[in-house]
Amino acid sequence: MNLAYRDIRHNLFRFFLTCLGLGLLLGVVLAMIGIYKGLVVDALTIARSPAIDVWVVEANTRGPFAEASRIPGDTREAIARIAGVTAAGSITYQTVEAEHGGGKLRLYVIGFESGRPGGPPEIVEGRHIGRSHYELVADRSAGLALGARIRLGRSTFEVVGLTRHQVASGGDPAVFMTLLDAQKLQFDLAPSAARVQVARGVGGASRDTVNAVVARLQPDASADAVASSIQRWKHLAAITQEAQELILTRSLVDRARRQIGLFTSLLLIVSAVIIALIIYTMTMEKLKQIATLKLIGAADRIIISMIVQQALALGFIGFAIGALLIVNIKDYFPRRVVLEADNVMVLGLIVFVVCLVSSGLGVRAALKVDPATALGG
Amino acid sequence: MSGTQNQPPLVRVDRVSKHFGEGEARVDALRDVSIEIHPGEVVALLGPSGSGKTTLLNVIGCILDPSSGSMELDGELVLENGRWLRPNLRKLRLDKIGFIFQFHNLIPFLDATDNVALVLQLAGADADTARTRALELLDYLEVGHRRNAMPAKLSGGEAQRVAIARALANRPRIILADEPTAALDSKRAGIVMDLLRKVAVEQQAAIIAVTHDEKIFDRFDRIFHLRDGRLAVDDTAREPFRS
Repeated sequence: MNLAYRDIRHNLFRFFLTCLGLGLLLGVVLAMIGIYKGLVVDALTIARSPAIDVWVVEANTRGPFAEASRIPGDTREAIARIAGVTAAGSITYQTVEAEHGGGKLRLYVIGFESGRPGGPPEIVEGRHIGRSHYELVADRSAGLALGARIRLGRSTFEVVGLTRHQVASGGDPAVFMTLLDAQKLQFDLAPSAARVQVARGVGGASRDTVNAVVARLQPDASADAVASSIQRWKHLAAITQEAQELILTRSLVDRARRQIGLFTSLLLIVSAVIIALIIYTMTMEKLKQIATLKLIGAADRIIISMIVQQALALGFIGFAIGALLIVNIKDYFPRRVVLEADNVMVLGLIVFVVCLVSSGLGVRAALKVDPATALGG
Repeated sequence: MSGTQNQPPLVRVDRVSKHFGEGEARVDALRDVSIEIHPGEVVALLGPSGSGKTTLLNVIGCILDPSSGSMELDGELVLENGRWLRPNLRKLRLDKIGFIFQFHNLIPFLDATDNVALVLQLAGADADTARTRALELLDYLEVGHRRNAMPAKLSGGEAQRVAIARALANRPRIILADEPTAALDSKRAGIVMDLLRKVAVEQQAAIIAVTHDEKIFDRFDRIFHLRDGRLAVDDTAREPFRS
C-alpha cells in the first residue's frame, strides 16, 4: 500500500494546486535562465552570423559593437589582399527607428556587400537581396511581412526575405540591406543640412565610410597572425572573432548579464526555501497521522518513504508544469528565451536535490514525533 | 467477573514507577503500580487529571520507558528492572497490542478497509490476505457495509468500530483504549462497549481503557483508581458486569 500516493489522491486538488504554484515559480526560474542565456546568445548572434575570423575596425577602438568605428570603404580591398584572407566584406551597423503599422519599430540595420561576408546567414522565407537598392531582408521578430514596405530615412524599402534569430545585443531585430543603401541611410545628410554644407564649401565629401571590414581566413591561417599584420597599419585595429565575442559578453552585456544572473540565483534560493517550506508544512500537517502510524507499528522507513515520495512527486510535477509552461510561451517573450537541454536538466537536478534535502527536514520532524502523541485529544 | 482468573494474566505490571525530571522538578507519575489483567477482562483506569492513568497506559503500550519495575505481556517478560528486554518495541506493539483512540485516529486518506488492512500489511501480510481479513473484521464489527467509506464520511460510532477492527487486525490479545467512548453519545458508547466485551470474551483478550465516561463505568469488570501515581483502589470486589 503506497501511503504517499493514497495521501496525494485523497487531497488531489490541493496537491495539484501546490504543484501548480510551484510550477509557476519554477517556470519563472526557467524563464530567467532562458532570458540570461538569450541575452548572451543575442549579443553574440550578430557577431557570429557573418562566420568570419577577423574584424578590422578604426584604430584604438574596440568596435564596431562596443565602440563606434569608422574606416574608409576601400579598406576592404587592402584586407582582401593579405595572405591567408579568403574573403573580406565591408559592413555598417546602425540603429534606426521607423514608423510601421501605426507604431514605432526599432531596427538594427546591417549594410553588407552582396556576395561578400556579412549578409544574412539564412533566408527562411522569400529570397536574398537581388537588386542594389531598396530591398531588405528582415528578422522575423521585426514583425515585417514578406512584401511589406517600410520607410527608412528618405527611402522606402521592400521586405524581400525573412531571416530568424538575428537581433542586436539590445534585442532590436536586424534588417540587412545593401552597403550602399546603408551608407546612404547612415551618412547622407538631410537636404537642408547638405545645402548648408555646400554653401560652406565642405559638401561633396565621400560617404564611402564603413564601420568595419570582416575577413574570412583560410582554414590553416592564424587569425592572430593576420590581425597582427593588419595592426601594422596605424589607422586600423584588428580583433579576432574570439576576442570580439569576449568583448561582447564581458563588456557590452556584462552588467545586464550579471544583473540577470544574480536575480536568477536569488530566485533559485527563494524557490528552494519555498519548496522546503511546502514540504515541511505538508509533513507537519500529518504529525498526528504519523504518530498514529508509529503507534500501530509502522516502521520508520515507511514514514520516511511517504514523505520523500511526496516531496519528489511535488518537485517533479511542479518542475514538469514549469518547463511545459515556459517551453510553450517562450516565443511570446519580447526577447529571446534560450532553453538549452543541459540548463533544464541542471535545474531539474537542483529541484531534485532541494526536494530531497527539504524532505530531510520533514523526515527529521516526523522521526522525532512521539507515538504517544497519538493518544489523547 | 468475565475474565478467566485461573489462566495466567495477559498483562502483569509489577512495581512499575515512572518519574519525570530530577530534584525539585521531579514529578512521580507512577509509584510502584502493580496490576494483573486476565484474558477476557475489560478493565478501566480511572482517576483525575495527572493521576498517572495515561502514563500507565503508555507504559503498558510500550511507548514510554518506565523508571523501574517489570512487566509481562501475553506471557513474555518484556520489561525487567525498568529496562526493555526487546530491542524493537515497534514490533512488540505490532505483535501483541492493539490501540483504540479517543477520536478513532483513522488515517484520513485510506478507506475503512485499507485502514484495517494497513496494520496487517505492516505486519507482513500480502495485500489480498490483508484485505480479506480486513473485510472479515469489518463484518464482525457490523460495519462491513461501510467498507469503502473514507473516515470523514463515517459517523462517530462507525469510525470507532473501524478503529476497533484496526486494533484487532493482527489478533493482539491486549487492547489499550484511550477514552474510547468520549466522543460518542450514550447509545453509541453502549454499542462500542458491547463490541469490546464481545472481543474480550470471544478472543480471550484483555481490554484496558482509560476513561472518564461515567455512563460506561458499569460496563467494566474491574476499575483501577489511580491517584497521584499510586493505585488507590483495585475495584475487584464490585459486582462484575454481565452483558
